[in-house]
Amino acid sequence: MTATAWQPLLLPLAVASPLLGGVGVLLLRHRPNLRESASFAGGLAAAVTVLSLWAVVGTDLRFEMWTWLPGLTFAFHLEPLGLLFATVAAVLWPITTLFSIGYVRANGLPRQTSFYFYFAVAVAAALWIAFSANLLTLFVGYEVLTLATVPLVTHERSAAARRGGRVYLGLLLATSICLLLPAIVWTWLLTGSTEFVPGGLLAGHAGTGVLAVLLGLFVIGTGKAALMPFHRWLPEAMVAPTPVSALLHAVAVVKAGVFTVLKISIYTFGLDTLDSSGASTVMMWTAGITVLVAAGIATAKDNLKARLAYSTVSQLAYIVLGAMLASRVAALGGALHLVTHAVGKITLFFCAGAIYTSVRKSRVSELDGLGRAMPWTFGAFLVAALSIIGLPPLGGTWSKWLLLQGTADAGEAVMMAVLLVGSLLSLAYLLPIPLRAFSRPAPPGAVHGEAPPACVVPLVVTAAACVALFFVPDLIVGPLGRALELP
Amino acid sequence: MTHLPVLQVLIPLMGAPACALLRQRRAAWTLFLLVTGGALVCAVLLVLRMEQGSVRYALGGWPAPRGIEYVIDPLNAPMLALVSLIALIVAVYARPSVEAEIETRRIPLFYACMCLCVAGMLGVIATGDAFNAFVFLEITSLSSYALIAMGKRRRALLAAFRYLIVGTIGATFLLIGIALAYAVTGTLNMADLAQRLPDVYGNRALTAAVAFVVVGLAVKMALFPLHSWLPGAYAEAPSAVSTLLAGVGTKVAVYAFLRFALTVFGGSLVFGLLPVGSIGLVAACAAMVLASAIACFQRDLKYLLGWSSVAQIGYIVAGLSLATVDGISAGYLHMINHAVTKAALFAAAGVLLMRLGSVDLQALAGLGRRMPWTFAAILLAGLGLIGLPPTAGFVSKWALVLALVEQGQWFVVGAVLGSSLLAVVYVGRIVEIAWFREPPETPLLRPPAVPMVAMTWLLVLMSLYFGLSPVLPAALADGAAVAVAGRLR
Repeated sequence: MTATAWQPLLLPLAVASPLLGGVGVLLLRHRPNLRESASFAGGLAAAVTVLSLWAVVGTDLRFEMWTWLPGLTFAFHLEPLGLLFATVAAVLWPITTLFSIGYVRANGLPRQTSFYFYFAVAVAAALWIAFSANLLTLFVGYEVLTLATVPLVTHERSAAARRGGRVYLGLLLATSICLLLPAIVWTWLLTGSTEFVPGGLLAGHAGTGVLAVLLGLFVIGTGKAALMPFHRWLPEAMVAPTPVSALLHAVAVVKAGVFTVLKISIYTFGLDTLDSSGASTVMMWTAGITVLVAAGIATAKDNLKARLAYSTVSQLAYIVLGAMLASRVAALGGALHLVTHAVGKITLFFCAGAIYTSVRKSRVSELDGLGRAMPWTFGAFLVAALSIIGLPPLGGTWSKWLLLQGTADAGEAVMMAVLLVGSLLSLAYLLPIPLRAFSRPAPPGAVHGEAPPACVVPLVVTAAACVALFFVPDLIVGPLGRALELP
Repeated sequence: MTHLPVLQVLIPLMGAPACALLRQRRAAWTLFLLVTGGALVCAVLLVLRMEQGSVRYALGGWPAPRGIEYVIDPLNAPMLALVSLIALIVAVYARPSVEAEIETRRIPLFYACMCLCVAGMLGVIATGDAFNAFVFLEITSLSSYALIAMGKRRRALLAAFRYLIVGTIGATFLLIGIALAYAVTGTLNMADLAQRLPDVYGNRALTAAVAFVVVGLAVKMALFPLHSWLPGAYAEAPSAVSTLLAGVGTKVAVYAFLRFALTVFGGSLVFGLLPVGSIGLVAACAAMVLASAIACFQRDLKYLLGWSSVAQIGYIVAGLSLATVDGISAGYLHMINHAVTKAALFAAAGVLLMRLGSVDLQALAGLGRRMPWTFAAILLAGLGLIGLPPTAGFVSKWALVLALVEQGQWFVVGAVLGSSLLAVVYVGRIVEIAWFREPPETPLLRPPAVPMVAMTWLLVLMSLYFGLSPVLPAALADGAAVAVAGRLR
């Protein structure tokens, strides 16, 4: 199958649609209903464009934008992993927009125009990252994503928001400037290129020692992947309004991080190079430790969003681990977990937002008996929690299964144990929440209902998607599996 | 066309007495505008001429070494264009700003000094004669002392006096160095010096000459630890002067250093036999880290920017001190990029000063939403100081880190990156104060002056353009570096 002349244009079109939506938001700032429609339309256009790219996923689409310096070009390309991430970001965005409309109106959030505008820029940056054809292009999108999300994190303008914003910006910029940028420059010096190449750009260009150091720079430098000890920004970013936490800190920002790690492992280092050189051992252990420690912290958190944040740190480390195992099955599992965790975690954040909107409660210990008042919300929470834990018949089953298979494939029995214990811990920190809500009696006098429909519908949709993912894993990671030459 | 090299300097030089004689503020301004425009035309024509090779021009028809010679080559042609361009932008910017800040009767003299300052800078760059370079550098410095002293606050006098003392010491050092070189070789023509000096490498007087010249120019470029004059001078000067000096003032001295080190003394002496490269790297690291750290604690926006300039000189010197083609190119590129970025920031600070009467950071509280254009400009240029894409600062950082990693200078890479993080802190402070505090009830002093905001944004857009498509500045920087490639070691 070959690409037609116009098909490469779909790549910049996908990146541009949220931006155009954002411009519409600015232009229509005095007409709230139209403004939100513009945001939604931009999201829908992006989603449709990205979905249409699945028809040509096997072809080698490439769109060159312009030459930056000799040998360095800003370019987009289409490959299965990037399309996977783009789909997650682009499809979940219109759903989040719907949720945001319900949330910001019910909670009377100020400065809604800038809220929707920066949201659109952030999604455009995420799509830019997803389609980047080389490290340089990716780095630019990565930094734009950081900068565009700062106003969202600090949207409340309170002292806590300012502090959260400082940690967020400080950690993400520090890691990317001090580690990721030198890593990219070093790669350029070693190979004379920054392109993503099937089989790995660095293959045959460096010894084990250099590869190990370089991998450390890349993986830790990708602060958005929230590997310990550079994970602090994620819990701090929870001061943001819940829709921001939902899309950015369950989907766009953190998934941009783990996507970058996966992409670099597969296309810059090459899984075979990592496997034969053993360069990824240290990072694998770091990820393993992060899985357990973050899960442990999550069980101790009473604030619902903080618990979800540490759960995210732990689950992200699963994906990093999938890349660092240097096994194709594990990388595939990581990629699938990127999708299933995104859908599950966004549902959980939607639920947290809906609970806050309806009853103003943000602590786990305050949720007793709410299940009967908000059956849809807590039902969705239960489904999404089970999916993240990895129980059938939900999407998370397959990603955890592939990751486990990957540890076996790589011969890392300890990591297999880590994954299993991590899942048990996730059982311990996620399940009590809906169980309390459904089984314990409600405190006397409290009568509440569900949040507004604009909040409830999205979370039911994403919960349904958790179920649907169980039945179609091959549709999602099949192309990537073929690209990785898996049977 | 053959007289372009001298017209380049002569046009602004003649503008100075004309401005002084006009005695009419608008007429003087118009003349300054025309003069800088004329200089830019000359510079652009000269840059285009570089494709046919270097231009040598004997002043008054007296051939070197009897007469003074102007030499335009790929090393200095881009600098001519840069200085002229920034001067022209400052000229457009200056009218409302100067009318608000300077006494009306002094305005013609102000523009006369500006003409002299620009003429001096262009002269240093264009000349091929060592003593002539000293003379022009002093023309620039003397006119800057006067310009800085015209600042509104009384502290401007102190800042100007301080600059005068330190600057004069620097100038004296430079003069002694040139005199020693003359004593050893018997010529002041740079090309002749370059030819005769290798025979006397190892001569103590020559070593002393190098030391005097390097230290003298280090004062003029405000290289740490000889930077003490800079923050005050930039902060207290009238806005238009700050913008011009912060844009290209120190870069002229950096260029002179390149010219003397490479094409006069020769890299094999300066960077090979003598440890100027290592000293430069150490000073650069100290400048990058310490000056950035000090910038974080400033209470006044213009002082903050001044300290940031000291740090940015460190980046430039770090690149040049490597004495490799990539290093020179990176340093040269950062000269261009930082000139645009820092000029934009000082221009924006001038807008604030005019509208608020103060650029104390506390006075900026909450103004981000009341003056969105000015603060957006500060934010974008600030990203350039940090070195984030898509600004020009990112290109410089890329080139500099590349050149440093290539030479295995990991320590310096650490200093560069550490300095960037400190830049995050001081730019972040401005942003936090401007956007996260409650806006004041008091109205602003004056309405915005369109030319000032427009020129600020022109500079910001240039910085963004050079960040997204750095082909032109990178080609100029590479051309300059390649032109001196044969004289590096």
